[in-house]
Amino acid sequence: MPARTVLQQADITRALTRISHEILESNRGPENLVVMGIPTRGVILAARIGAMLAEISGTVVPSGSLDVTMYRDDLGRNPTRVPSPTEVPPGGIDGKTVVLVDDVLYSGRTIRSALDALGAIGRPSIVRLATLVDRGHRELPIRPDFVGKNLPSATNERINVHLLEIDGDEFVTIEESEGGE
Amino acid sequence: MRHLLSTRDLSRDETITILDVAEDMADVAEREVRKVPALRGKTVVNLFFEDSTRTRISFEAAAKRLSADVINFSAKGSSVSKGESLKDTAQTLAAIGADAVVIRHGASGAPHVLANSGWIDAAIVNAGDGTHEHPTQALLDAFTIRRRLHGADSRGHDLDGVSVTIVGDILHSRVARSNAWLLTTLGASVTFVAPATLLPIGVENWPVEVRYDLDIALAAKPDVVMMLRIQGERMHAAFFPSAREYSRIWGLDDERLAVLAADSIVMHPGPMNRGLEISAAAADSPRSTVREQVANGVSIRMAVLYLTLSGEGGKQ
Amino acid sequence: MTETILVRAVTLVDGTSTDILVRDSRIAELGRAIFASADRLIDGAGLIALPGLVDLHTHLREPGFEQSETIFSGSRAAAIGGFTAVHAMANTSPVADTAGVVEQVMSLGDRHGYVTVRPIGAVTRGLEGQQLSEIGAMANSRAQVRVFSDDGKCVSDALLMRRALEYVKTFGGVIAQHAQEPRLTEGAQMNEGSLSGELGLAGWPAVAEEAIIARDVLLAQHVGARLHVCHLSTAGSVEVVRWAKARGIDVTAEVTPHHLLLTEQLAVGYDSRYKVNPPLRRDEDVRAVREGLADGTIDIIATDHAPHPVEAKDCEWEAAAFGMVGLESALSVVQASVVDTGLLDWADIARVFSKTPAAIGQLAGYAQGIAVGAPASFTLYDPSVSRVFEATQLRGKGVNSPYLSTTLPGRIMATFHRGYATVLDGELVDAETVAAAARAHDQAGVGRG
Repeated sequence: MPARTVLQQADITRALTRISHEILESNRGPENLVVMGIPTRGVILAARIGAMLAEISGTVVPSGSLDVTMYRDDLGRNPTRVPSPTEVPPGGIDGKTVVLVDDVLYSGRTIRSALDALGAIGRPSIVRLATLVDRGHRELPIRPDFVGKNLPSATNERINVHLLEIDGDEFVTIEESEGGE
Repeated sequence: MRHLLSTRDLSRDETITILDVAEDMADVAEREVRKVPALRGKTVVNLFFEDSTRTRISFEAAAKRLSADVINFSAKGSSVSKGESLKDTAQTLAAIGADAVVIRHGASGAPHVLANSGWIDAAIVNAGDGTHEHPTQALLDAFTIRRRLHGADSRGHDLDGVSVTIVGDILHSRVARSNAWLLTTLGASVTFVAPATLLPIGVENWPVEVRYDLDIALAAKPDVVMMLRIQGERMHAAFFPSAREYSRIWGLDDERLAVLAADSIVMHPGPMNRGLEISAAAADSPRSTVREQVANGVSIRMAVLYLTLSGEGGKQ
Repeated sequence: MTETILVRAVTLVDGTSTDILVRDSRIAELGRAIFASADRLIDGAGLIALPGLVDLHTHLREPGFEQSETIFSGSRAAAIGGFTAVHAMANTSPVADTAGVVEQVMSLGDRHGYVTVRPIGAVTRGLEGQQLSEIGAMANSRAQVRVFSDDGKCVSDALLMRRALEYVKTFGGVIAQHAQEPRLTEGAQMNEGSLSGELGLAGWPAVAEEAIIARDVLLAQHVGARLHVCHLSTAGSVEVVRWAKARGIDVTAEVTPHHLLLTEQLAVGYDSRYKVNPPLRRDEDVRAVREGLADGTIDIIATDHAPHPVEAKDCEWEAAAFGMVGLESALSVVQASVVDTGLLDWADIARVFSKTPAAIGQLAGYAQGIAVGAPASFTLYDPSVSRVFEATQLRGKGVNSPYLSTTLPGRIMATFHRGYATVLDGELVDAETVAAAARAHDQAGVGRG
């Protein structure tokens, strides 16, 4: 089955804008907010959300990246993963409201790792979760606070997220993959 | 990466990956919780047939920061002449369930033998073998040089165009060997400086320049000067006549320190003989990276343990 | 009563095809289509008949190191390799430095019967390089020792070497020198060169061999004695011996099969099966020793068969023992290195691996090769086959062969020692049969007077 496009570039921008508004709404403003993206594409999304939050609210909202590789529970089951840098924004995360951002939410295991990784760099007062796509099939009691698009999928399907900064084009597709994920 | 036996086996890309992962590991050391769970449930054995407290605690700290269980096995007293002891020890460690063996051994090639013998199916990390190699030392040296040159922006960089002069007992130095391969792989140019008695036969076939005269070598303003420890007992085997003569001709004294470019780096793998191969002023000058080398050693060893032990290649 | 054996249509080293009739332990007749009745008929088609190989340099380890090899197991390894005589080195425990030890070694060999075992006597007492051993007693013993060597160690003291050369001359013997300057090779692990530097293994420089050979040929010339150089391994050593022979010095030299085939590159990886003394050398050294053998500078091939127990090799390179087993693989390695490369023909092999080593060891019965009237000691070799050499093909106790899992040409199909078979159909004849044949031979010999 060929890949089917489920989000165009404009849809992605619209989704991120909506998420940004929802974040400000739930946080009652931009105070104490820090946006942390999970590599690789979550970092790009976090930076964009950070910029949108600043634009909407007129206040700088720091964004950074949070590598979760060394906190994963599946290191021994896959080829060696090379970690990515973690960039904690100046001011840190202690006492902050941290919004974790990832591109696709699936089993929830990455987010579990992220919560551990976050704990190693500080103690936020609140942690929220934003995702561009929620495809379901959770294996852990984890639930997103902000969702760009709910995309019910089969386990043998693959979600591809392309972003301009990394891929040179921008869309989200769904396709059947060989033997599932 | 299955094992780390020699820097000769490493490609440029593999080396840069190790150095980059070490950057991430260095970040861990600056966090509130200086520990990651990456190697939880893995067992790392430090198998040291030679005393080296510095190297052992560096590997121990690295393994613990990765949440591995660490067993220190000091095999001191087991003579190298009792050949069967390596095999017996390896089989014991295999039975204990070691996932990685960090081995320091007086016999060149002992880590190779361990990795290829079939006695144990663990990742083997060479922590110094005889007069052969000390790969993690060379990696931490390269890491230290790269950080001095590129700072926080080090990731992804090689050492193209960097000139490194290594001075001292090249013949018996595993540090010099590992550095010669690794630094040239990364694009650096390496010069050895030593009396002919302390240079290996056939060194002209190595990818390095060789000089006898330290002053001429320093006049070329190398970016890095690495002083090797000189062992007093070499004197008795007629490698040089006296410590005083060695120090005068091949020591990094205050006058020679003054010749160096302001941004040059002075390195030493430690432990230092102050006043013999390096003056106190040189060892303590801002150019000296001696203490950084120790800190960076932990990051490099974390990277090596992480890359050999995580992933399905870590253990079948 | 000894067996009558008829070998049909075998090829001699000169390329002619012949039958060989063996009767009363001797070669009774050669020629095409011999008409005779025989107890045993062997089809020699495609096989080369070589005179029984004579090894001038074998470590049989008995007495004292029976866990490595015994005279029995070493004799069997020799027979399956096509040998009918070996010279047992003196570095046993006790050292073969008295008439008692050399007579014991010889008689054990005679009793087993697979090959003639000729003991080599130590040059110095206990191989300690301090004082001469009882050379005269060994020479005059039943074993009639003619070759003396401290092999494993060098007679490095110049004065002692001079005296040894002179004293041995008195008894018509020869000193076989293990040429290794001890101070230059302290802790040495492999050939000294770029590779030893890279591997961090202490170097065994060529000069440590060449300097001793140069000194010894001059000493031999000065005192008018014979000198034999063991396991020469370097291009420089070939040059020194060539120079000495040109000056008329009475020197002979040997090279091992492994120095004809293998190089130091095998040390990469630290597999101690390749650790040997003298060490494997460079490509150019291998070329030089091959050429030296071809032009007669090197007189003979000798195996330096050096068995060790598994644990002596199953360890770090630096902790491992020096040495390789070589009897079983010798002729195949020689074929691969100097015959298949066109440097020597089979007649040359008969000379360097049978006639000349027997002459140096003063062992009777090998001067004529395969000829009517000569003792029937010969081997039948199939040079056309090729085989992956495995430990299952070894017959001694040692498995420290550098050739395991490599492909080697040729195979010994049969060996006859003094008229009886020690190898048939490519496999050893059982020990009882061989021992009985040996006894029968000796009784027949006594009967004939």
